[in-house]
Amino acid sequence: MTQLIPPLAAKALADCAAPPPARVVLRERGQREVFCGLTSIMWLHRKMQDAFFLIVGSRTCAHLMQSAAGVMIFAEPRFATAIIEERDLAGMADINEELNKTVSRLLERRPEIKLLFLVGSCPSEVIKLDLGRAAERLSMTYSPRVRILNYSGSGIETTFTQGEDACLTAMVPELPATDEAGLVVVGALADVVEDQFARIFEALGIGPVHFLPSRKAGTAVPVGPNTKFLLAQPWLRDTARTLEARGATHLPALFPLGAEGTTSWLKAAADAFGVSAERFHAVTEMPRARATRALARYNDTLAGKSLFCFPDSQLEIPLARFLSRELGMTLEEVGTPYLHSVHMADELALLPADVRISEGQDVDLQLDRCRDARPDITLCGLGLANPLEQEGLTTKWSIELVFTPIQGYEQCGDLAELFARPLNRRTRLAV
Amino acid sequence: MQLTVWTYEGPPHVGAMRIATAMEGLHYVLHAPQGDTYADLLFTMIERRAKRPPVTYTTFEARDLGSDTAEIFKSAARGAYERFQPQAMIVGASCTAELIQDDPGGLTKALDLPIPVIALELPSYSKKENWGASETFYRLVRGLATEQPKRAPNRLTRPICNVLGPTALGFRHRDDVREITGLLFQLGIDVNVVAPLGATPHDLTRLPAADFNVSLYPEIADVAVRFLEKEFGQPYTKTIPIGVGATNDFIVEVCGLAGIEVPDLSAFASNMPWWSRSVDSNYLTGKRVFIFGDGTHALAAARVAADELAFTVVGLGCYNREFARPVREAATELGLEALITEDYLEVEAAIARLQPELILGTQMERHIAKRLGIPCAVISAPVHVQDFPARYAPQMGFEGANVLFDTWVHPLIMGLEEHLLGMFREDFEFNDSAGASHLGGHGAAEKVSEAVAASAQTGEGAIAVLHWAPEAENELKKIPFFVRGKAKRNTEAFARDKHLETITLETLYDAKASYGR
Repeated sequence: MTQLIPPLAAKALADCAAPPPARVVLRERGQREVFCGLTSIMWLHRKMQDAFFLIVGSRTCAHLMQSAAGVMIFAEPRFATAIIEERDLAGMADINEELNKTVSRLLERRPEIKLLFLVGSCPSEVIKLDLGRAAERLSMTYSPRVRILNYSGSGIETTFTQGEDACLTAMVPELPATDEAGLVVVGALADVVEDQFARIFEALGIGPVHFLPSRKAGTAVPVGPNTKFLLAQPWLRDTARTLEARGATHLPALFPLGAEGTTSWLKAAADAFGVSAERFHAVTEMPRARATRALARYNDTLAGKSLFCFPDSQLEIPLARFLSRELGMTLEEVGTPYLHSVHMADELALLPADVRISEGQDVDLQLDRCRDARPDITLCGLGLANPLEQEGLTTKWSIELVFTPIQGYEQCGDLAELFARPLNRRTRLAV
Repeated sequence: MQLTVWTYEGPPHVGAMRIATAMEGLHYVLHAPQGDTYADLLFTMIERRAKRPPVTYTTFEARDLGSDTAEIFKSAARGAYERFQPQAMIVGASCTAELIQDDPGGLTKALDLPIPVIALELPSYSKKENWGASETFYRLVRGLATEQPKRAPNRLTRPICNVLGPTALGFRHRDDVREITGLLFQLGIDVNVVAPLGATPHDLTRLPAADFNVSLYPEIADVAVRFLEKEFGQPYTKTIPIGVGATNDFIVEVCGLAGIEVPDLSAFASNMPWWSRSVDSNYLTGKRVFIFGDGTHALAAARVAADELAFTVVGLGCYNREFARPVREAATELGLEALITEDYLEVEAAIARLQPELILGTQMERHIAKRLGIPCAVISAPVHVQDFPARYAPQMGFEGANVLFDTWVHPLIMGLEEHLLGMFREDFEFNDSAGASHLGGHGAAEKVSEAVAASAQTGEGAIAVLHWAPEAENELKKIPFFVRGKAKRNTEAFARDKHLETITLETLYDAKASYGR
């Protein structure tokens, strides 16, 4: 197609760029019912305890942050929005001068902040506000007390979890250099999961191990030509590329969801660090057996049930792999907002050949397909869940998957429970 | 540039969505980037709506900016018309699309759709949600209302009115409509159209058939009712029927507009006056209450609090500057200075300073109250999912007055419980750290040490650090936690006044005598 694809009517069937196996991917453009990249601040600001995220945007950005998750429990969370106003746009106020003032007020109020992110939004991108330069300028003022970095979480460039990718990408050039061999686990994980993995790596004799992002901005995560890294999350295309540019080596593996995924992920590190098969078996045998036991409880509820995934976090493909291979669910459609065929290659290879994979979204067309398929359970965002429940479809809110510890052996049962509970509810309720 | 964490109002296009989502047969085509669809979940999750809001978002991306975002808009508008077949459409831009200046109105006009299309200009960088809702409703009314055949004056026909203002995501709008239409019916007045909630674009064409308009929520309906008065000669109500007194006034006002006799008001019963006069309610008298919300609800709450529950209003304010003037006037009458702000940190500071015994506010004040350990009831939007109750719970009319009594009094500690807490502070089960059962019982204990520790840092003026003698500090712990903050502040102010460095038991009681309750 040479001309612009009409967004609402577009329905393009295209061959996936990277065979084998050749897999047909339905690519759609149209209304997307997904969050923008700003939303990943919801977990990033809890994960990095001395970092602050200053969104430079509109009232809409602030309202999104307030509404998208029940985060108002924090009186002063470690994020805020610098709302661009008419006088800034009309040139009545110098927007860079205003930004300096805002940052100065913020840092006065929050002296414990060591790392400040200036986060670009749709409006700041459209007016071409150069936040990169602003970050450099402000860094000179506040260095060394505060480091100031910049990335964009705008909806015109990023979906939901790509915000984390952009944030970590901005951090990589700042990481100290090393020639020492080591492992870096990339992607925010719940602290409890991080600690479990750290214990397993220690038992395997792999080290030093660092986690990016780390809980404290001050904790150095050294990177160099002898660094190997595992991706803990499937949305880190640019972060991986930037780490590779610094000489680090990506260890391809399944993502650590389910017993199979966790084993593959740990095995990739074990092999790279020369851990013997016996030792790997000895260390992982017990937790893997626990995971299998935990999953067995959900077989009755989930085996044979059909699943339809709307695109949300990019977790959809690894989740579908887990649910189909370890719990016997059947797959109607697996939607993802963005498909990175290299990082997903191993995952896609394990999905049934006939499952429909879709990338991007035209929400009305996808809803039509979902209604036709009548899946037993639909994974979708909060904007669609209640309307689909009203139509008699059982749903699982996808946002819970990024806020709940689901990775690793010990969380296998919890992950299965997230899908079993809505089905369980439907069989119990008699009203 | 304004630094914000939490906001009382969303952007104006969310206001337009509240109108579109409230109505049937209307579709909103919004020129907006990916991510702006978050607004759908306000309706599907917070209000638990079982239908998607009737909004099509164009979802343009960065790479479209160089090419043709206008074409994307046209294609989305055409597609939305074909799929949803609405009676009318509203079109507009969100904050980002406003910057690229694609003119959704002109683009849709060029499509020549066979339905009315109303273009909205909602300036995102200067206006907010309520303004957007009000402007959208006004544009719809102005665009659709048409002259109706005049009814011949007839003694046998009942007067008819429109009820205007209720929207999607409004605080108790669903139940207020039921309460007020029921009340009007009892008075012998029929309702022509309720709008925007539940109305179709076609219904809006019939608005001029009514004798007068009831403006339930001026934040939403004021501009529209003024237009209808000017254009079609329909007068409108000014009284907001929240509380017994205001409901009685409202009845007198509508009867006047309807040209009917005011009925015997004692025929309309609310339990609230007797509940307030019952002896057990003595403990309510003089309770210090802080009120903050939208202008309309804050004003109404102030009247109810002062006149119908005998509370003492110690703070009054609103976040919408459009309604600052009446709120200032009411505050002046109560001997207060109104707090007009959209910065919740300012509200929090005012509450912390005033140490009220009850907060009547929004979702934001509920969070402030939780942090400060002060009882709170919600009286105004913005609200969260807990404030969309399954049960019938209007704010307006006589049943609404009952609801106000219950919901405002529930968070308080009952009079007798208060005395028992005061008398037996040292009881091993029924003590400070156990807290009050209905407040979850947590967090009270640490507050003392926290409070005392904090006072070391906040010393102002001549004496840098105020020292609490151990026995005075112990005595402070015996004061019920819900008045302790105030007692502590008063004592410290007293000590500073007297240039005392150490607060002893004597100082504590001297201060108590000097301040009274």
